[in-house]
Amino acid sequence: MSTSIRGAATPAARTAPLDAVALRRDFPILAQEVRGKPLVYLDNAATSQKPRVVIDALREYYETTNANIHRGIHYLSEKGTAAYEDARVRVASFINARRPHEVIFTRGTTDGINMVARAWGDANVASGDEILLTEVEHHSNLVPWQELAKRRGARLRFIPTDDAGVIDLDAYRDMLGPQTKLVAVHHVSNVLGVIAPVAEMARLAHEHGALIAVDGAQSVPHMPVDVQSLDVDFLTFSGHKMAGPTGIGVLYGKEHVLEAMEPAHYGGSMIRMVELESSTWADLPDKFEGGTPNIAGAIGLGVAVDYLERVGMDAINAHARQLGGYAVNVLSDMPGVAVHGPDADGDRGGVVSFTVEDLHPHDVGTVLDGDGIAIRAGHHCAQPLMRKLGVHATARASVYLYNTTDEIDCLVESVVKAQRFFGTV
Amino acid sequence: MALDDLYREVIMDHYKRPRNHGTLDDADVVVEGANPLCGDEVTLWLEIEDGLVQKVRFAGHGCSISQASASIMTEAIEGRPIGEVDEIIQALRGMMLEGEEPNEDLLGDGIALEGVRQFPVRIKCAVLGWNTLSLGLRQFTESGGKPVEAHHRE
Repeated sequence: MSTSIRGAATPAARTAPLDAVALRRDFPILAQEVRGKPLVYLDNAATSQKPRVVIDALREYYETTNANIHRGIHYLSEKGTAAYEDARVRVASFINARRPHEVIFTRGTTDGINMVARAWGDANVASGDEILLTEVEHHSNLVPWQELAKRRGARLRFIPTDDAGVIDLDAYRDMLGPQTKLVAVHHVSNVLGVIAPVAEMARLAHEHGALIAVDGAQSVPHMPVDVQSLDVDFLTFSGHKMAGPTGIGVLYGKEHVLEAMEPAHYGGSMIRMVELESSTWADLPDKFEGGTPNIAGAIGLGVAVDYLERVGMDAINAHARQLGGYAVNVLSDMPGVAVHGPDADGDRGGVVSFTVEDLHPHDVGTVLDGDGIAIRAGHHCAQPLMRKLGVHATARASVYLYNTTDEIDCLVESVVKAQRFFGTV
Repeated sequence: MALDDLYREVIMDHYKRPRNHGTLDDADVVVEGANPLCGDEVTLWLEIEDGLVQKVRFAGHGCSISQASASIMTEAIEGRPIGEVDEIIQALRGMMLEGEEPNEDLLGDGIALEGVRQFPVRIKCAVLGWNTLSLGLRQFTESGGKPVEAHHRE
């Protein structure tokens, strides 16, 4: 364990602001120079960097534990199974699930949403039913529902939002009805950084007998997320955006909802009894984890979750809001720069999308890259939102616990450089 | 890595003052090219007569490299026979994708795109217009010279 986070587990320390400069030392990749400049990594909404404890856990697993789980009657298999199931317990506690088996390990957010669309959607959505979404959704929280709607003859409806992505709750209330089967909504927008009022939306959905599935890819890594207080029916998120490995994610579902669902994948380790013509399914969570799972990934995610808890999710959240707000303010003050999404003091996280007048985001990204600054430029897998905003693409800076105000200043300096280079200011 | 290698003066000039920008009402070939991953778009209008590309216009939106490259391309091909245009396209692709020496006789200002090779993620931006042109001409030839509308996706 790194010295910089040791001792951070006391409640008093958890509420204190985090020390980003000290935490950086936990992330080996951040020590490097890129193109002769210190790396400024501001592409955390795409994927976060990994602390040494997570990298070490992966190596240690393969060096000391590797075996297939849930079936071996030998030492390593038992050890691996225990570590894998322990990771499930840690993740369940992290999101305050009632029971560990409400946590299903997946490949990531996309995988989890597709599982819900197939395994829950095909059985519960019928012709004429409605699924409510917003135009802000990432393609992964849009396309699976489009396909479900096509298969079942259902209809997608889009809850209005303003230009900052703030959901019109009155309009939402009016759209809900007996025909509403599901509300599928982001928790934090991957483009605008805006936070959706998920608890209120869940309450209203439930009043109409609808379920709510929340895309937590950009919220779970950055803020405390409590599935019981939010009262959501499904929550999906990705390990790699929260200091964990790639290829592992989580589908949370309420126990009774998961119990009533058919499996999403069929094969080994998800069965109870197999006959030649038909089979019966294992209990939760195995029913949804057919095939050999990403064992190392799950264990790595468990370690990542421990790391985040030691730093403190309240502190991480406060840091993201403070730094995101700072970036919004300094970018907005620049001539020719427009920030998309809520104001600095609005309900937002640390994702900041911006456009620079007469400069394509890819050209901005290339100039920044020349200064060792990593951002994302493009449509961010949200083409309908780009059309709504009236842009083809945006540049996006997104922060995590190891980013500093100095790095935001570097970003601003480099955007000025791009403007000068292209002669737009 | 120097930004000047990517954004050479010639490229910046074509980006800021695009040549042959616009549309043609009586085009024999209309071909839309797009790179859905980054959103760059280039649409070409060609008037072809007696096997010559008599007129070419382009419109689109996207990064400086994609738009400048399309502008450079229109200058390189206007007035040339289709067979020669194919050679020009091959020279550009050879330079961008195969590491061939730039051929100024064929490419004109296009040799300035050589610097883009140092930026692998931007090569697709540079070849978008050229791949779009290639598809449009191929479909025109396959149609036996009848007007065509085509769509290219990177």
